[in-house]
Amino acid sequence: MAQDHAHLATEFNKDEPRVDWHDKTLWFIREKRDKAAGRVPEWEWLRDTASAIKENVLSHLSEYLVQFEEQAGRNGVVVHWAADAEEHNEIVYGLLKKHGVDKMVKSKSMLTEECHLNEFLSEHGVEVIDTDLGERVVQLAGEPPSHIVLPCIHKKKEEIGEIFHEHLGTPAGNADPQFLTHAARLHLREKFITRRVALTGVNFAVAETGEFVVCTNEGNADMGAHLADVHIACMGIEKLIPLRQHLGVFLRLLTRSATGQPITTYSSHFKQPRPGQEMHIVLVDNGRSVHLGRKDFRNSLKCIRCAACFNTCPVYRRSGGHSYHTAVAGPIGSILSPNLDMKKYSDLPFASTLCGSCSNVCPVKIDIHEQLYKWRQVIVQDGNAPVSKTMAMKTMNWVLSNPSVYHTAGKAGRWFMGKVPFTVNNGLNPWYKQRDMPEVPKESFGEWYKRNRK
Amino acid sequence: MSSRDKILGVIRANQPEGKSLPSVTLPEAGGVTDPAKGDMTDTARQFIEVLEAIGGRAFIVSGWERIATIIKEEYTQQHRIVSGCKELARMAEVRDRYEDPHELENVDLAILEAHFGVAENGACWITEDRMIERALPFITQNLALVIHKKDVVPHMHAAYERIGQAVYGFGTFIAGPSKTADIEQSLVLGAHGPCSMTVFLIDEELSDAGFY
Repeated sequence: MAQDHAHLATEFNKDEPRVDWHDKTLWFIREKRDKAAGRVPEWEWLRDTASAIKENVLSHLSEYLVQFEEQAGRNGVVVHWAADAEEHNEIVYGLLKKHGVDKMVKSKSMLTEECHLNEFLSEHGVEVIDTDLGERVVQLAGEPPSHIVLPCIHKKKEEIGEIFHEHLGTPAGNADPQFLTHAARLHLREKFITRRVALTGVNFAVAETGEFVVCTNEGNADMGAHLADVHIACMGIEKLIPLRQHLGVFLRLLTRSATGQPITTYSSHFKQPRPGQEMHIVLVDNGRSVHLGRKDFRNSLKCIRCAACFNTCPVYRRSGGHSYHTAVAGPIGSILSPNLDMKKYSDLPFASTLCGSCSNVCPVKIDIHEQLYKWRQVIVQDGNAPVSKTMAMKTMNWVLSNPSVYHTAGKAGRWFMGKVPFTVNNGLNPWYKQRDMPEVPKESFGEWYKRNRK
Repeated sequence: MSSRDKILGVIRANQPEGKSLPSVTLPEAGGVTDPAKGDMTDTARQFIEVLEAIGGRAFIVSGWERIATIIKEEYTQQHRIVSGCKELARMAEVRDRYEDPHELENVDLAILEAHFGVAENGACWITEDRMIERALPFITQNLALVIHKKDVVPHMHAAYERIGQAVYGFGTFIAGPSKTADIEQSLVLGAHGPCSMTVFLIDEELSDAGFY
């Protein structure tokens, strides 16, 4: 592992005011979510129903996929299947080559982040323009998104002003969000007008009708798709829902959970290509079918990518999205990523306090914190935990199972902390980071109990 | 073996025991309430309140004449106004179709008739047969949608009940103007799509004098 979550979080934590700002910004969104959810009297019914629909989808996924493929085909849409990221990227590149196109607009798709499509296409001489404002900002900055709904939430407006000054020629020092958004509107409008291929993500795909729904506030997915000759929509196989009427349940939950809005500005239902247009859907597995076989972890595939668990997570809010070194960060990313590569992401299930807030806000009731705990056990059993952690656990096991060693260790600890505090109050002790060590008690509970038992 | 068959094979081997589908019939007294205002049973009123809260605006009008008057107050002949409503043919470009959606690049205002509104989120449902071109509601600088006041459903479950098995190539819910808060959570209206969004609710029972 190049840099694990703890090291990357340490970097992020060096700038304390920024951490506080990041923390507050995300908590503000969490509060908006609470208000929006509180206004829906049947909120818990919605969560239960959404969860049950998704459970049904996972238990009939193969049938729904075949049904969706048939319906979409009947609608005039070409359906492709990609076993992994490489195949997904090759399919997209193949379509671009077929049309002799080396420029493309793309709206938000975490799947293409997961597959590293942009890097792949760029290596093959294709220019990809991300059209979601936040994604465009991080793309110009040469960074991945730090949040799946709010890609540049880690950036201050002054930094965005600088990026736009450098790449879009806006006046230096102008950091007004209204002004910068307008500059991006003009810059991207030119791209929408001139690009012949548009790629979008998919929020929900309906097996019954073969249609798929894309939700945006900016309108960038629609601007791209309706002006292009070719529309490519990429989706993970778990995005299916059985019936059109189920959209009513999910669209009520999605944005209320994400940003506290009652619905996104646009919830677009794509069913057939417009006359003369080509429409393609790429169904991507990339580990999902294997994940489906993990009994304890499969229900993380219910996720609808609202990011409510990010915004509520005390670790995410104070360590930033980039410290998760994966396309989908936060608590949900920490239980999805080890399935893709258990060794590479073995640190992520430990990036949690197990407080359970993620599970409480999840609109499809994924038991996120319980899965974090279970992943820890799998990772340690498979020998993927760092040596220091394994050693510490072994030592603790030895100390806790030997009463005399335990008492001696306790005494020694109190003596060191009391008499020579510098031996624990230093950078070598991870518990000392960003904290003061507690005052040392004079005696242990065992000693106190013996004295007071009479 | 093709990727399709490989993927489906692994899924069949791994998918758990069948779980049945739940009913999506909304429990009694569902919808959205605002604790500050009590129960919101007047769907049109709730629709307007939510729409205004998300940056849109609404007019209850007696009919097309009144809509034309309101538009004329804000737009001149210098503006390019495109409409799918033949009732507005005297003041707007009303055509069945365009050769190329790019011809719509400089539209200032598009006025289209939507199917219905949704009270809980201020959205209107519109399908492509009412858009002239799919790109129009997005590429226009400003958008106005027309619905009938009686056609406001309380929530999304009712919305999909109403859509039912309707056949369309493309349809969308539009709730307010295009917007973003990607720069430090500052809300800016007019991201890539329309900078403003107006909904006209036609109330046939309203006399011309009674509009507001």
